[in-house]
Amino acid sequence: MDEFPNLADMAFDGILALAVLVLAWKLLRSPNLFKAVVLFISFGLMMSLAWVRLKAVDIALAEAAIGAGLTGALFLTALGKLQRGAQHNQENNGTHQQSQEGRPNMASGSSD
Amino acid sequence: MSRENEDSLTSRTIKMMAAISVLALTSVLGWTVWTLPPFSDRMQRLVASNMAISGVENPVTAVLLNFRGYDTLLEIGVLLLAALGVFSAVPSPVILSKSTPSPILNLLLRLLLPFIILIGGYILWIGKYAPGGAFQAGAILAAGGILLSTAAVPFNRFALKTMPFAMGIGLVTFIVVALATMMVRGNFLQYPVAQAGTLILVIEAAATISISIILTILFIGGNPDASITAKDENSKASIIDKGNTTK
Repeated sequence: MDEFPNLADMAFDGILALAVLVLAWKLLRSPNLFKAVVLFISFGLMMSLAWVRLKAVDIALAEAAIGAGLTGALFLTALGKLQRGAQHNQENNGTHQQSQEGRPNMASGSSD
Repeated sequence: MSRENEDSLTSRTIKMMAAISVLALTSVLGWTVWTLPPFSDRMQRLVASNMAISGVENPVTAVLLNFRGYDTLLEIGVLLLAALGVFSAVPSPVILSKSTPSPILNLLLRLLLPFIILIGGYILWIGKYAPGGAFQAGAILAAGGILLSTAAVPFNRFALKTMPFAMGIGLVTFIVVALATMMVRGNFLQYPVAQAGTLILVIEAAATISISIILTILFIGGNPDASITAKDENSKASIIDKGNTTK
């Protein structure tokens, strides 16, 4: 089976490789940070599938638990704290022009 | 208007610098990969021929905790340093959410937590024979810790008191074992063959505890302090903000 990869395996690997690349591109280009974090988590899960396909199950386990799960959770709390901080700044300074489209200022930093 | 131009100019410079450094990194990496020697299974055969004296049956665990144990020792040290950095920053509320958590989360936690602990222990144990080990087990247990803190379950006094010790126990156990083996066999982390499996399990068990606590601390983002709540933290932040604006 190793020497003659069948068509289904090749198709699966091709789609997986494509999904990893597309997710990476999407998450880097996303102006919405929350969406980027969600994409990052899905990227981590796809990546751990890729590690399984490469027969590196140890790394797949670590990627799923640490890369996707814990890092995703860390990003989400950091995002929450940043947004809370941004809201406080707005309330105290009265600079309402900072929030466009109902989104805090920090989200627009990566969009330009 | 001029300030805006200046801003766009600096952002363009930053982007240019980022592009150049990324390009440089990519070319260096590409060149390194290109000039790598053709695939050889020399290391693989080396590991396979020494599996009998490693004390475990999973080659990855053998490399991580026996043949190149000092790498793992340093990794755990780095993790501990990172957590100490976070720990010594501002005290953080144990209860993260301002509102009471949803009953769904509470029920989920009740159902999941026993399985998380069971699977964590299993992954730690199975590392001897199959993929698994301290880092994965620690991460799974940390997921339980994170769920606990999102569900606003406060740590009790005992947990808060023992937390700093639990953070360090992995590294301390590793170093103690390393020094003990040095006294017995002369080399740092050279296990006696008969006891290698047991020693690896002891190190991994201690490392699992440390890693799970460290990762939970990283998520909480500070020295967990039961006496302050998320609301207090917000009011503290607003006081700091007011101090800044009046300046």
